[in-house]
Amino acid sequence: MSKTTLNVNGKAVAVDVEPDTPLLWALRDTLGLVGTKYGCGLGQCGACTVHLDGVATRSCVLPVSAIGKQKITTIEGLDPKGRHPLQQAWQELDVPQCGYCQSGQIMSACALLKQHPKPSDAQIDEAMAGNLCRCATYMRIRKGIHRAAEIASTASGAKGKA
Amino acid sequence: MMHTPASLSRRRFLRNSAGGALLIGMSAGGALAAVGAAREAGFTPNAFIRIARDGSVTLTSKQPEIGQGIKTSLPMVIAEELDVDWKNVRIVQGDLNPAAYGGQGAGGSTSTPNNYENFRRLGAAARAMLVQAAAQGWNVAPGECSTEGGAVLHAASKRRIAYGALVDSAARLPVPDAASVTLKDPANFKLLGTRVGGVDNGAIVVGKPLFGIDVQIPGMLHAVYAKCPVFGGKPVKANLDAVRALPGVKDAFIIEGTANLNGLRPGVAIVATSTWAAIRARRALEVEWDEGVGASHSWAGFTAQAQAAKGKAGSSVMRSDGDIDKALAGAAKTVEATYSYPFISHASMEPQNCTAWAKPDGSLELWAPTQNPGAGQALVTSTFGIPKERISMHIIRSGGGFGRRLSSDFIVEATAIAQRVKAPVKLTWTREDDLQHDHFRPGGFHFLRGGVDAQGKAVAWHNHFVTFANRVERDGQSVLQPGSGGNLSGDEFPGRWLRNCKLEQTALECRVPMGPWRAPGSCVFAWVFHSFIDELAHAAGRDRLAFRLELLGDEDVMAGTGERGQPYAVARMRAVLQTAAEKAGWGKKTFPRGQGQGIAFHFSHRGYVAQVAEVTVSKDGKVKVDRVVVATDIGPQIVNLSGAENQVEGSVIDGMSTLMFPALDIENGRIVQSNFHDYPLLRIGDAPGRIEMHFVKSDHPVTGLGEPALPPLAPAVCNAIFAATGKRVRELPLSKTDLSWS
Repeated sequence: MSKTTLNVNGKAVAVDVEPDTPLLWALRDTLGLVGTKYGCGLGQCGACTVHLDGVATRSCVLPVSAIGKQKITTIEGLDPKGRHPLQQAWQELDVPQCGYCQSGQIMSACALLKQHPKPSDAQIDEAMAGNLCRCATYMRIRKGIHRAAEIASTASGAKGKA
Repeated sequence: MMHTPASLSRRRFLRNSAGGALLIGMSAGGALAAVGAAREAGFTPNAFIRIARDGSVTLTSKQPEIGQGIKTSLPMVIAEELDVDWKNVRIVQGDLNPAAYGGQGAGGSTSTPNNYENFRRLGAAARAMLVQAAAQGWNVAPGECSTEGGAVLHAASKRRIAYGALVDSAARLPVPDAASVTLKDPANFKLLGTRVGGVDNGAIVVGKPLFGIDVQIPGMLHAVYAKCPVFGGKPVKANLDAVRALPGVKDAFIIEGTANLNGLRPGVAIVATSTWAAIRARRALEVEWDEGVGASHSWAGFTAQAQAAKGKAGSSVMRSDGDIDKALAGAAKTVEATYSYPFISHASMEPQNCTAWAKPDGSLELWAPTQNPGAGQALVTSTFGIPKERISMHIIRSGGGFGRRLSSDFIVEATAIAQRVKAPVKLTWTREDDLQHDHFRPGGFHFLRGGVDAQGKAVAWHNHFVTFANRVERDGQSVLQPGSGGNLSGDEFPGRWLRNCKLEQTALECRVPMGPWRAPGSCVFAWVFHSFIDELAHAAGRDRLAFRLELLGDEDVMAGTGERGQPYAVARMRAVLQTAAEKAGWGKKTFPRGQGQGIAFHFSHRGYVAQVAEVTVSKDGKVKVDRVVVATDIGPQIVNLSGAENQVEGSVIDGMSTLMFPALDIENGRIVQSNFHDYPLLRIGDAPGRIEMHFVKSDHPVTGLGEPALPPLAPAVCNAIFAATGKRVRELPLSKTDLSWS
């Protein structure tokens, strides 16, 4: 075991784990941030998606020793009140079925919207290809991302006017 | 302190809910908190409803939530009849307590039909009591009062009183007989039939602890469990001392297990301070296995055995009407085909897991993401001898079910580990465990012969189904038991409809554990039968819709036959078939080569569903599903329209995924595939362009929608592929068939 300092959701936290511990398990078992999910352990399903300096990253294959000073954002850090446009859209359109994969879906979608604030269906399909949903909520994920883009543009428009 | 809730009598009005359901919630901080419903004054006319003095309404959901939306939809039924604003309603998950709640299994799309009527009456009875309390206070007749949005109204005197102000007086009234209460006219429903978001969505989008795998108990340890890769095998010895010396490992030990392939299978447990420490230590685990006779299994061997059965008599006959050989000999045209499909896994996104705590006093507390908590408790009792009343079980939201969590193997494994560890312990299966130690959907082979007469009418149908079975002890006898969904019913369409019909079955003995997979049996039978019906229609040169309507016939109901036969409402099927065809523009559109429409229908789990699929097949054989039109009859009332649409969309895409991608190979008794890299599932880019849903209403009991919309998808798509390319898909998954064309 060795102490590693991580920057998680804007706070510096120390975790005392083996250096090869994937970030996923440090988040879940050590820090109690269980919104990030285990699905495959191979970076194949996207349930464990977090942001590293804003980039969507699979935390199940990322050892804590490889993170350094990069800023980690988990679903808990996106907007704890659930007011992020994606969180609003997900609730408005009732996207989740079982809901297990949805924190990973939202984190991937968030990275997409940073790059393409008004994504096309093709851009959505490409950016979201790494996130499996066994309940198959894909139709609503597409709609949810479009709706979130709309909410975000309305919000920034409103801000612009203010 | 945790305790099993006492039974609540519906006949008796409790002033408060002391002794009522103990509510389990997980706080945002992650610690599991026991939220006692007790001590708070309120109106608690039954185990499901509590109204507090501030007017807030708490409804208990008794069914396991696995993504089918039952935690939202069943409480909606109570809220409708109770006449409260949904925004003032809070839903809590009930623990396993059949004495208070009745049945709590979520399977077979039964949660809605089994509870809809009763839940309406529970809400209506509570509403009647609140009305009576208000009427007494106003000194008017209850019949002069009405309710609206959590308040009682007296129109004549323009008085209004909120439910919250009535809880103490209502609490002194007797609970009316549920059978005698007046229900709302469904035409006046305000909530049912609207789109309501899932009650846990708010927690899901911010990542709050919610699922079985999220359970955290102070002092909890983490475990993994390695089973023999060959089914029915067991560990002889393992390097336990070396594993125990690894970082974070608390213990490693062999569990003897039982012979039940669906129960506590033998294996090696590793218990550690974190999930990763346990997974990491497992990489160093070396086990000598006694593989047993299962080691000889292979898919190639099973296929050869099945082929050898072709043309021979089945070991059991499900139906034999008329003279099949004579009818085929006399048919104008005959078709012969073999359809086959592999074993597949459920692959829920949340791998199996369970948290167990064996207390020093001999009691056991379980936190289980299960579809079948009662069966889980029963398996714990039969495996370990722990009496039922010493087992408390918290039903935790499941990250997908699909039938997998009707099994309870993960619950007894966690229990076995907890008994040795003497601390709360969470068992987590890895994805590899989950995929390779599933209770699989059985593979199967159908050897079909069919005939049409000179008028192009179907006249003969013969199916020899080769399926899989485990040898089990039943009543002291050793018997072969086909896997769930691996048993052909004599009533399966088009049995009953044709004068010459023979359905027979041969079961291959194997040690592969099998279990129910979403719409068991139907999920593959519909593909086989409606593909072959299409082959007959094509041979007859008929329109595929007209051929099917003629086959269904003019009677409105086809009576069930045999011991387990059930009536088939032909009129309902005709209605959904015609609706799907009409909405899809069947027969009115022309498609270029490489594009086409296909149609199919299927009755399962009390639901009547027809689908039309439109596909584009590229010249190199890639299939894109452009549009799916679904017509469904599940009764007169959709409970939650958003949930129903989610189930239909999910079923359609699950049907597509299963058609297109996954297959398990078996070699040397082992499952070859191990994770999503070699067991692919459909991803967003392959989701259809459009899914259109039409709910046909009929005057029959309201029923569920978790399963019946899945079976018709695969044949509708495959029949569309045939229309587009002239190529018939007779083996799953789709990748086995070259669909390229020029």
